[in-house]
Order: sequence, then C-alpha cells, then structure tokens
Amino acid sequence: MPAPQCSSCHAARAALRCPRSGQALCGACFCTAFEAEVLHTVQAGRLLPPGAVVAVGASGGKDSTVLAHVLRELAPRLGVSLRLVAVDEGIGGYRDAALAAVRRQAVLWDLPLTVVAYADLFGGWTMDAVARSTAGSGRSRACCTFCGVLRRRALEEGARLVGATHIVTGHNADDMAETVLMNFLRGDAGRLARGGGLGSRGEGGALPRCRPLQLASQKEVVLYAHFRRLDYFSEECVYAPEAFRGHARHLLKLLEAARPSAALDLVHSAERLALAPAARPPPPGACSRCGALASRALCQACALLDGLQRGRPRLAIGKGRDAEGPPGPPPPPPPPPPPPPPPPPPPPRDPGSAPGPAAAGECGAACEGRCAQASL
Amino acid sequence: MCQVGEDYGDPVPEGPPPPRPGRELRCVKCKDGLPVVVIRAGDAFCRDCFRAFYVHKFRAVLGKNRLIFPGEKVLLAWSGGPSSSSMVWQVLEGLSRDSAKRLRFVPGVVYVDEGAACGQSWENRAKTLAEVKLILRSFGFPWHIVALEEVFTLPPSVLRCSAQEPLGTEGTYKVAVDSFLQQQHTVGGSPSPTQQEEQLSQPCTQDPEDPAGPPPAAHIEALSRLFDSVKTLTAKEELLQTLRGHLLLHVARTHGYSKVMTGDSCTRLAIKLMTSLALGRGAFLAWDTGFSDERHGDVVVVRPMREHTLKEVAFYNRLFAVPSIFTPAIDTKAPEKASIHRLMEGFLLRLQAQFPSTVSTVYRTSEKLVKAPRDGCAAGPRCLLCMCSLDVDTADSATAFGAQTQDFSQTQPPTPLAEAGAAPMPCCSAEVGRAQKCCQSTLLCRREDSQVIEQLCYGCRVNMKDVPSLDSLPPYILAEAQFRSQRPSQDIQEYLVENSDEEVHTTGS
Repeated sequence: MPAPQCSSCHAARAALRCPRSGQALCGACFCTAFEAEVLHTVQAGRLLPPGAVVAVGASGGKDSTVLAHVLRELAPRLGVSLRLVAVDEGIGGYRDAALAAVRRQAVLWDLPLTVVAYADLFGGWTMDAVARSTAGSGRSRACCTFCGVLRRRALEEGARLVGATHIVTGHNADDMAETVLMNFLRGDAGRLARGGGLGSRGEGGALPRCRPLQLASQKEVVLYAHFRRLDYFSEECVYAPEAFRGHARHLLKLLEAARPSAALDLVHSAERLALAPAARPPPPGACSRCGALASRALCQACALLDGLQRGRPRLAIGKGRDAEGPPGPPPPPPPPPPPPPPPPPPPPRDPGSAPGPAAAGECGAACEGRCAQASL
Repeated sequence: MCQVGEDYGDPVPEGPPPPRPGRELRCVKCKDGLPVVVIRAGDAFCRDCFRAFYVHKFRAVLGKNRLIFPGEKVLLAWSGGPSSSSMVWQVLEGLSRDSAKRLRFVPGVVYVDEGAACGQSWENRAKTLAEVKLILRSFGFPWHIVALEEVFTLPPSVLRCSAQEPLGTEGTYKVAVDSFLQQQHTVGGSPSPTQQEEQLSQPCTQDPEDPAGPPPAAHIEALSRLFDSVKTLTAKEELLQTLRGHLLLHVARTHGYSKVMTGDSCTRLAIKLMTSLALGRGAFLAWDTGFSDERHGDVVVVRPMREHTLKEVAFYNRLFAVPSIFTPAIDTKAPEKASIHRLMEGFLLRLQAQFPSTVSTVYRTSEKLVKAPRDGCAAGPRCLLCMCSLDVDTADSATAFGAQTQDFSQTQPPTPLAEAGAAPMPCCSAEVGRAQKCCQSTLLCRREDSQVIEQLCYGCRVNMKDVPSLDSLPPYILAEAQFRSQRPSQDIQEYLVENSDEEVHTTGS
C-alpha cells in the first residue's frame, strides 16, 4: 500500500504523520513547518531583536542541536548572530562524549564554540564531586538540584565571555510540562510563580533568556533531527534515574497516552497560573558575593557552593535556605571532597501504607545509590 | 531481665519505661486511652480524641472562612460515597441540641441519580434509589432526589451568572451572628430552634422531590446517546461533572438555597488539582479546589471537608458507623490508563506511599492560589460550560493555545470542501479549536459547532474535541450558545451598560 501524498506540497510521498495534527507530510515540508513555527514563536514573542548576539546553550543533546540548527537557518531572517556555549559539568563517562558531539557540530556549522567548566568556575567542584558529597544524605539525589543551578550560572558566565546579549536554551514543551508537574508535586510556589512564560526578561543585570522550542513537543524535535540528519548525543545523564523529575516524566508519558495534547495543555496551565503575592519570590537584587541576580543575600549558586564547602551539602536546599554565619574564606582549588555528613534520622514511616520494601534512603543508611529494595 | 552487675543495694530508678513500638502505645493527645487509629505520620489517637479531632477540623474550616451565615439555607450534595456521607453526618451531629456551639444553618440534602450515564438499567437504579431513600429519610433534613436526565429540561438561565451578592466580610458576618443570637433571646429562648426543627421535619413526611417513576424514556435515551458518543473516559468524566454541577445549581436556585456543600476531601482535592492542571485548567485552579467557589454569583459552592484526608474519613465512617451507599460510577472498573483522572489518582497515591507528604504538599500549594487572572486583565466573557472567564489568547500568539490552533504546514490553501450549495465556510478560522481536524476530515466543521466551541475556555474546548457531535448536548447549552453568539452589534454596544442585569431577566430563550 503506497504511502499517502504529502498534504502540504502534494508532490512527494508522505514520510511521517505530524504528532500534533495527524497530517501526513513529507520530510521537507515537516521541517519547513517546524522552522516556521519556531520563527513565529520568536517573532510573536519578541524574543530575539535584530542585532542580538545569541549564546546558544549547547549540550550536544537533541534539543540544543535542533535549536542551534534551526536558529542558524533563521539567523539571516532574524538578523542575529550565534555563538555556541557548552558547559562541562565534569560528569565522567557522559559529558566528555557529549562535548565531542558539540565540537563536531561547531566545526560543521562553522560557529564559534566556547566551553566553560565547573571545575574552573566553581573552585574544583565537578558534578562527580558534588554527587559524592551529597550521596546518602536524602531520599533522592540532590546533585541534580546543584547541576541545574550551577549550569545556569555557568551559561551566564560563558555568554558574557563571548559578549552575548541573549541566551537561548532548547527546552521543549515536554520539559516545561514536566517542570510544572514537578513544581506542584514539590510545592515550589516560588518557581511556579516565576515560570510559565517563554523565558525571563533578565532583571538586575542578568542576560535575557528564552526558549524558542517551548511550544514544540519532544516528538517533533526528534522527528526534525531525524529528517535533517543531525548528529547528536543521545544518552541519558548518569545521574538522571534518581532525579525527582523522573516521576514527572513518567507521569507525562502516561498522560500523553490518555490525551495526546497533554504537554501543551500543561504548558497552557503553567502560563495561566495565578499565585498569591505572598507566595511569589521577592523582587530580585544582587548577590552580595558574586553580583549575580539573587532573591536573597546570596544567590542560589553561591549558597549551594557554600554548603558544599562546609560539608553540609543540603544547606541551601529545602526550608532553611539562608546560609548561616559569615561567608567562609574563598576556597582553594581543588579541595578534597569532604566526608559525607551523618545521615538524618529516618522519617517515621506512614503506617497507613502497606508494608513493603523500604524506599531508598528511608532505612537511613548512607548508601551511594538506591538499594535493590527500592520500590520504583 | 536482671541486669548483670546490678547492685541490689541501690534503689531502682523510677521513671516511665521507654515505649516499645506496637504495644503500650498511648494516644498522643490524651496520653491515656488506647489508640485505635494512626493518622498522618504516626499520630496514634484513641477513639474519643479522634472524634474530637475530626469534628474540630470540620468546625474550624467552617468557622475560619465565615461564609455561612446563621439561618442560611445550605444544600448538601450527597453522592452516597464516604466523604459526602461523613459531611452530612457532621452536619447532622452539629445541628443536634446537645452539641456544643451547634451549627446555625438550615440544611437540605440532594442526591443525583447518574445511573443512565453509567449505563445502568432502570431496575438497578430503582433498587439503589430505594436504599437511598431509606438513608435520606433517616437524616431528617428536607431531601431531594434528581435524576441526571433532568438536564434535558433545564432552562438556559442556569448558565448565566446572576448578579453577585456581596460576600460576607468580617463586619457583616459578626453583625449577622449577633442579630441572630439577639433574635433568639428576644423571642424567648427556644422557639426558634423548635421552629427550625419543625421546618426540618415537615417536608420528610411529604416527600417533596420523590420522583414517582423513571424519567421520560426519551431523556434516558438521549443521555445514554450523549455519553456513549463521547470518545474518551476523560471527556466523559468532565462532561458528567459539568452537567452535575449545573443540575445542583438549578436545584439550589429553585429551592432557595444560597450555598451548596460538597464533600471533597483533601486527597480528592489534591488529585483534582493535578488533574485540572493536566486538562489545561491552570487558570481556574483556585475556583476548582478552593474552599469557596463563587463563579455562579448567587449560589456559592463550599467544601468543608477539604482538610480531611480520605484515610481519616474512612476510619471515622467505620468507627462511628456512618451510613453510606455504594453506587458504581462512570469510571468503576476502568483500567488505570483509561482517563487522566484515574492516572493522576494512581500516580499521586503511589507517590504518597513513597513520599508521605505528597498530598499535603500539593494541597498546601493549592492554598496559595488566588482567584484572579494572571496579569490582572479585566474579566471578559465567561465559558459556556464551566462559567469561568475565558482564558484563550489570540490564535497567533506565542502561547500553547496559539500553537494548537495554528497550522504551519499548509503552504497551499486547502481545496474547497464540497458543500451542498453554500459557499465554503472558513472552517480553518483561528477561533475554531479543531482547525487542523477539519482540513483533513471529510466531515464539515459546522457553524453550530463552532458557535459553541468559540465560547468555551481552553479546557472545555479540549474536552469537546472528544464529543463528535455537539448536537447531542442538552438543549439548554445549545440555546444559550445560540443566544450568546447573537451579541448586540457594534453600533449599540457603546450604549449598553456593562454587566447589566438585562441578560438575567430575559425570559426563556
């Protein structure tokens, strides 16, 4: 049975069905439509004014690869110039392979590439060191929290190095949907209040950031990369299985099976959330140590690093976020990883739940990873 | 056991033996009674303390919000399930003479028979109704039984928000309570309570809302047809909730009730919050899950059970023998992946087992939501079905709504669809939520359907996508859609006073 005709150009044979509308399209028309959508998002949202120098956060993964490729195609129309900025978090066996992919892309597209490393920026703290330090001190790994905060700081630094005026990242609709689910499950009203738009305008001296792929679903991104034959690094981060986001991701997969438009529906909900003024974060000022955008005396990155330095990695995570006492002396590079802190007393088990295998960490042991008895 | 090396010369040190888990555990409240139930994260309560804790929570929620004025008529929406049964029981006990600080409002109970939507035969429904009547009579309040088929006889005024009554502020609440108490004293002690009891006892003997037999066969047929035609269980559940809400509103308005109490528990509200999020109703979370929901204007929906977890409700009902009845619902025995509601429920309860604070965290976040449009834009037209302000953007905006309505793959205009006589309609117009579907389907996108879709909020639009033919919706919805789409033209628009009561007083239509 021959494939139907492309419903757009009516010339070529259809090669795929568009995930959003179910239309049969050929590869070229799909890619054209995808690029048109991204262009529309950027123009309607007024994200990148002409003359902007745009730092693309390139991780080597599919989202940032597609983003860089599309923006490179659209750059003449938008009147912007691109720079690639890659962040080396120091995750062995993962990040080095991904960076190789970014380097290949930079050569292929002839775009300037800058690599910023955690080890240089944050006094020798690579993600592997952070992970060793935070292991066993909670139910799920906290190192992903660190990675997110520090990476944003690193991206900012890299963008400044190349003289950029805007930062773009490749978050897609599925990422935004997972974020809003995750923030609700964790009760993070501050992040809920801040999120939802297409990016931040950049108050207080921070560079404006945006996410041009926000309205494209993950399937469309993957299809685009497939049809444009893009070379990207497709493995998962070593620490990803333990991140809390995994729950939200799993939930989103289930929701999409029940209702295909679930990701965009969640993005719409996130756009329209109305939180009480008391729950919103205070207007941002400047960090007292590094001068970056901060809601409190210390920006989150400095607070987290402080905690690591003192051997109390959970200092800036959770309720008591303010760093205690005067800031310590600047850390010498590279410090030996401090011994893991004593595990907190195990939380009382909810007796209502059926007796079953203990969730990871609940027995209070300071294990590197989740024990085999973990239920999920 | 004798300790090795114990010196028998020294006195044995006095002190309470360390509590061994599982035995010798005492109630955490009174430290005296033997615990019968453990709630929250390990709090063991004895029977009396648990009852006091439970009742106190119920009263505290009502008292904190000060929305229910003394002497007010309140309709209790009872589904027969554990939470609403518990709520009715609390009201019953709260009104009894010997309770401390008795409740002061005048309740009525309503039961909605949804058997037709669940595909039950009339025989089964009649059996259930007989049991329901027994329990309703035992409550002692005026009661009403309505069948869901009555939505086919609802007037379109149900969908109109009537003029807002000012919410009771601190001052007016206190004033009302004081004057009520004064009244009681001046009339001479107990006459008002007995008057109230007479009021309550009278209608029971008359059975005012007892439907004598099954609703008209045409209505049963129409309802079954409507629910059978809906493609997904998610849309069915949402439609059922919408229709049920309208019916309750109608009953409340007809019999003069100004408040409706529903028995949503904390667990259910957390699930409902996450479900609404996934359905695209992020703008209306505060109304859907807050304590009070005043979107209808004159009738306010109140949720007094919102701080009780399902576990507490279940234990209370068991310990104190609260009568309840099981009726199969539309999603009974449905597999977990069948609808978004089921998925969220399963997900949250599983996550709760792993992280015991999940439900309370989600619930607490819901308390931080406010009932206002995000950017403070003026209240515009309201959704036809859920009666919240529309939250759709223009079709070409860089938002999720814009992304769904725009179609970038159409490089050439679609070939005009064959139509009997009339000129090709702009079925790809931006307002129609299913632009992409009409381009490829052979069915026409009808003007009537697009009329209804235009007036729906984002969430309702996504739901209606699963209803293939909007004609099978009850007539009051279609009539109201028709009426609203014939808005006065631009010429006279400037002379009309905004939000006047003109619409409310239109008869019929």
